[in-house]
Amino acid sequence: MPNARLRYVARRIVQAIPILLAIVVLNFCLLKLAPGDAVDVLAGEAGSATPEYMAELRAKFGLDQPLPVQLVRYVGQIATGDFGYSFRHEMPVWDLIVDRLGPTAILMVTTIVLAVGVGVLLGLLAAVNLNTWKDSVISILALVSYATPLFWVGLMLIVVFSINLGWFPTSGMENVAAFYEGWDRVWDIAHHLVLPAITLSLFYLALYTRLMRASMLEQAGMDYVTTARAKGVKEGRITFKHILRNALLPVLTMAGVQVSAMIGGSVIVETVFGWPGLGQLAFESLFARDLNLLLGIFFLSAVLVLVVNLLVDILYTFLDPRIEL
Amino acid sequence: MENPVLDVRGLSIALPKGADRTFAVEGLDLQVFPGKITCVVGESGSGKSLTARAAMGLLPPKVAPTSGQIMFEGRDLLTLKPDEMRQMRGQKISMIFQEPMTALNPLMTVGKQIDEILTVHTSLGGKARREKILALFDEVKLPNPKRIAAAYPHELSGGQRQRAMIAMALILDPKILVADEPTTALDVTTQAQILKLIAELQEKHKTGVLFITHDFGVVAEIADQIAVMQYGKLVEVGTADQILNAPKAEYTKALIGAVPSLTPRAARSGFGRRMLTVDGLNKYYKSGGGLFGKPTAFHAAKDVSFTLDRGETLGVVGESGSGKTTVARCLVRLLQPEEGKIDLDGIDLAGMTKRELKPYRNRVQMVFQDPYASLNPRRKVADILVEGPINLGKPAKEAHARARELLSLVGLDPKVAERYPHEFSGGQRQRIGLARALALEPEVLVADEPVSALDVSVQAQVLKLMDEIREKFGLSVVFITHDLRVAAQVCDKIIVMQRGVVVEAGKTADVFAAPSHDYTRELFASIPGREWSSAPEVTA
Repeated sequence: MPNARLRYVARRIVQAIPILLAIVVLNFCLLKLAPGDAVDVLAGEAGSATPEYMAELRAKFGLDQPLPVQLVRYVGQIATGDFGYSFRHEMPVWDLIVDRLGPTAILMVTTIVLAVGVGVLLGLLAAVNLNTWKDSVISILALVSYATPLFWVGLMLIVVFSINLGWFPTSGMENVAAFYEGWDRVWDIAHHLVLPAITLSLFYLALYTRLMRASMLEQAGMDYVTTARAKGVKEGRITFKHILRNALLPVLTMAGVQVSAMIGGSVIVETVFGWPGLGQLAFESLFARDLNLLLGIFFLSAVLVLVVNLLVDILYTFLDPRIEL
Repeated sequence: MENPVLDVRGLSIALPKGADRTFAVEGLDLQVFPGKITCVVGESGSGKSLTARAAMGLLPPKVAPTSGQIMFEGRDLLTLKPDEMRQMRGQKISMIFQEPMTALNPLMTVGKQIDEILTVHTSLGGKARREKILALFDEVKLPNPKRIAAAYPHELSGGQRQRAMIAMALILDPKILVADEPTTALDVTTQAQILKLIAELQEKHKTGVLFITHDFGVVAEIADQIAVMQYGKLVEVGTADQILNAPKAEYTKALIGAVPSLTPRAARSGFGRRMLTVDGLNKYYKSGGGLFGKPTAFHAAKDVSFTLDRGETLGVVGESGSGKTTVARCLVRLLQPEEGKIDLDGIDLAGMTKRELKPYRNRVQMVFQDPYASLNPRRKVADILVEGPINLGKPAKEAHARARELLSLVGLDPKVAERYPHEFSGGQRQRIGLARALALEPEVLVADEPVSALDVSVQAQVLKLMDEIREKFGLSVVFITHDLRVAAQVCDKIIVMQRGVVVEAGKTADVFAAPSHDYTRELFASIPGREWSSAPEVTA
């Protein structure tokens, strides 16, 4: 079995190569469709650029070449692991991304754990207490969270908890001026993490709560539950040993699909909370027409989605013996 | 006679408001004796399953007993506290279900699911529990008990799953076993083995069995005592011999009369010209193998050949996985066979593309097994019936008029054309399915298990209707069935299939009189109640 799993992973990785290539080409073409390039922005900011200077810059950046040539060159670069150079930041794209990957990873993982963990728990609670006040409260809260826009939640949390109550910092990932070390630093980052993580997870949390509740109710009507009752198993044990595991499968599927969507959501949240992650970087580079950087971020996101999907599929084989690789 | 181990007295079970009747079960008296099998027989809606559920204390929500008692060991089960009843279940009274696949938790090994019953009701240690489970697997004749215990439900065959369910139900040596249609979902040969197993075990352990079924063949096979139910009321109760061979109530007589006889009907001859010649038909199912994987092929039909004349009925008989449905789907070209000829009156349909096939589509039509799933629930009956003909270019007005004619032809009021499928009973829906096929004016009708989802009395009516229609339109019929009783009454000749291969072919009467292949003989030996059926006819 472990052997079969390894072979499966290898096969999936090989299959990912053409997919990634297609994504690179597509991204490149899409971004080139938008008018303006990095030189326009640089020249605009400098104020007094002559057309000759701009042409010189374009030649330096390689932007004067015809598009197909640029594309082939870019794909060739990516293939050798070179993500190019950000003329805006005057740094290699890879260094910039690696720098921002850590904060985004912290935010994403916290969000996923929070959304899936609490969502499953609340859904379970609502289903077990079906049609009682607990169920109603949870369902209404889920509905409200589901319907509220992300950025508004973020701003309101800042207004209430940072500005009025002063419990949490308004923005940033850590208190840079304090030079914390070791656990103090961890604590500081955690303190900064609370509001952005809640904002980003709220929508998904609501979604998983509803999904888990529905899934629990559906599984509770299955024949094997009747069998368990016919065996004389207690209701609590039926819920946790039989229904829960079966009900988790659709939630897991959904969560796997949505990790990618969360990267999109993180652009807004990172901007609102000044979180120094990839989302913020993508946002900035979009306005600076820093296409090399943007393409690098897109490429990394694509890799991330593929990896997460693979992980979910493998996790699935552990949870559901019926799935074969 | 001994004292009953389970004594149901005057039991009434109320249905929720808005149901089609007030009581699911009304004033039922029923007794189960130790070491004996009491069969409750009835058609769908007779309340037999709810009776079983009531004895288990497992009635669905909003369905509750309103009066009566279920006496067991001197106590009324209906008055027990929920926790007392829970302790009874699995220990003193246990149950097996119709569909062992869904009745087992798909994510838990079979061994673990049985182990659960021991951890709940006993304080045995891990090793003792394991030994007990393996010993019982041996007793229910499961091969390689250790492997079975570690297997997940989907890794076992249907028969093995039901054996595991039986082991689960009997592990604590209960006084009563409630069996709700335990063999209905199984193949006929597996059914015969499971029935034998239940009979053996209950005799050995002196278990009283409450056996719910709709099938008189099964009843004849194992019952000691029979109770016949209709619309929630007890029609008749008595010993097996008395009910089966000398029923008193009209309803019982009608039910038994509707069971198709195993004596093939009189041979017919003088069919018209050759309609269909199938020659060397092969169909593979390929699966898996995305971009780099190796696909696996399953040979579902191997060199199937047969002929069919105008007005003749060919039976295709076999168990699940025998390839009979594959053949049916190839005939109507829902599937494309890999090799072989399907010669319809001089035209080979087998290799045609969709476009080439279009003018011939209507000439071979299909009637499906499940009358519930095969009609679009969002379309009116009239729309279902006219869709095909209009597609083929018939003027809408003409098609609608024809649809109404067809409805009266299949025994329905033409006015029902404006209704939706869910408003009809199973038998009525199958009539609509038949009318849908006929609307296209086919020459060959392929019927895939058209009556196996129907109650026995309805089944008889639909079979009679199909016979009339075949006669009237001079249709050739390919009749797919797993039920040899039905095959005996409907088919002029039959082919028997096993694992994609035709193992035996011949005139129905000849095959029934002297089956030549081992598998055919096994099939015949497995027909439940064959001895009872070959006894002199009951005067209905």
